[in-house]
Amino acid sequence: MSSIISVANLSKTYGSGFKALKNVNLDIKRGEIFALLGPNGAGKTTLISIICGIANPSEGKVTVGGENIQTSYRKARSLIGLVPQELHTDAFETVWATVSFSRGLFGKPTNPAHIEKVLKDLSLWDKKDNKIITLSGGMKRRVMIAKALSHEPQVLFLDEPTAGVDVELRKGMWEVVRTLQQSGVTIILTTHYIEEAEEMADRIGVINKGEIVLVEDKATLMQKLGKKRLTLHLQGKLDVLPDSLAHYKLDLCDSGATLVYDYDTKGERTGITSLLSDLRNAGIRFNDLDTTQSSLEDIFVDLVRTS
Amino acid sequence: MNYRAIRAIYLFEMARTWRTLLQSIVSPVVSTSLYFVVFGAAIGSRISEVEGVSYGTFIVPGLIMLSVLTQSIANASFGIYFPKFAGTIYEILSAPISYFEIVLGYVGAAATKSIILGLIILATAGLFVPLHILHPVWMLTFLVLTAVTFSLFGFIIGIWADGFEKLQMIPMLVVTPLTFLGGSFYSINMLPPAWHTVALLNPVVYLISGFRWSFYEIADVSPSISIGMTLAFLVICLAIIWWIFRTGYRLKN
Repeated sequence: MSSIISVANLSKTYGSGFKALKNVNLDIKRGEIFALLGPNGAGKTTLISIICGIANPSEGKVTVGGENIQTSYRKARSLIGLVPQELHTDAFETVWATVSFSRGLFGKPTNPAHIEKVLKDLSLWDKKDNKIITLSGGMKRRVMIAKALSHEPQVLFLDEPTAGVDVELRKGMWEVVRTLQQSGVTIILTTHYIEEAEEMADRIGVINKGEIVLVEDKATLMQKLGKKRLTLHLQGKLDVLPDSLAHYKLDLCDSGATLVYDYDTKGERTGITSLLSDLRNAGIRFNDLDTTQSSLEDIFVDLVRTS
Repeated sequence: MNYRAIRAIYLFEMARTWRTLLQSIVSPVVSTSLYFVVFGAAIGSRISEVEGVSYGTFIVPGLIMLSVLTQSIANASFGIYFPKFAGTIYEILSAPISYFEIVLGYVGAAATKSIILGLIILATAGLFVPLHILHPVWMLTFLVLTAVTFSLFGFIIGIWADGFEKLQMIPMLVVTPLTFLGGSFYSINMLPPAWHTVALLNPVVYLISGFRWSFYEIADVSPSISIGMTLAFLVICLAIIWWIFRTGYRLKN
């Protein structure tokens, strides 16, 4: 798959001296959903702002669809739609007027049929004549997506698209994003909700302190860094573990009522068989067990902590 | 040139005017009418003619300039400040438009509103005093140049301001006093020699003088100097705006 966005050696230092981005290199493939994860202040919004033309880079080069964002900014920007994190809207405009305004701003001829389609796809059609100030937070977020899609962009940036949105609306938003991807739009989303990235992304990038820590296919990432956890619910409580089990790195939890064993899924030997055998030899019995796969959130927290 | 973007910004700004018709057009017209009543009828009836023109007629160009200057600044500064305040500026900055096109959209709309307002005030003045315009083309030239120049100045204030207080500060503390002292209600030739010299340092004097000349051929300074000073101020404003966009001052940093 070819790259639609290419970021090379990008750095950003603000006037205060704060280095928001440090030599960032990143390629976004055409047609994918790319999730950019990172804690607050990691540089996610700065990176998006530079690609979209809202902030000036200090160093480095960015191309969108092969067009340099500085020397060929008209062509580059016309390919991009941006939905920023905050709900910035013209409160006293109608939905129809504000979406039509966005299309004009991006130099596209008026096309009521396209605006109608966008509004219908986002369930905004019956609100088209409402002033934005009268809409709910979730509806306003949809209006911002409609504005970003008004000029038929090839790339859509969604900066925290579901922040402050209830679970039902969030799932509705995921549906919208999937439909967009099917129509050929490349989507880059930043999120705090790891489940969102886990649910939607094809690839995941992790940024921390202005540096890209990792970029990986979601499935590979989960497989590579994912761990499983075996929890044994003991018949009787244990005060201490016998020495014969010391080499397993077991954790005694719930006041000695459960034993927890973490193991690597990619390892050839998980150690489970020998652990169970050694437990029986030590006279430790259990009446239940369960296993859990580590989530993307666990992986993310580990990565950020390590970096 | 992204004409559609310029049109979109221009129409968006003009739509705001029609939405706020009362404060955009009606209120300046009402306050100007009050000036006519107070200065033209009440006080003016006790003042003899100024350089061969009745006092009520004499103050018409100054009053139009007073409104055009203040409204150009108010329109343009609010026009660019509000998207900054509301955050909607992100869309303008991320759109495929040049800085020149952004300025054309915002300043064009602000200047249009001021010109419409100036012409409405001119028509309103016609209800109070007899009017004759000796050089209508020059009158329109001065009107358009002043509206554009001060809309550019307002645009700069709107970029610079980081709060509503600052947005009001320059118009209230600098522009209004300069306009009142710039010969809106009198000829600076009526001032004592020392104050006359001081008044010549006020750029607004040249605007009002030139504008009044286009009406009655009465001028405090030569019309060519007036046009020169207006153009000089225009160039200064353009240079500052060029610098703002080049550096991203208060927009991209």
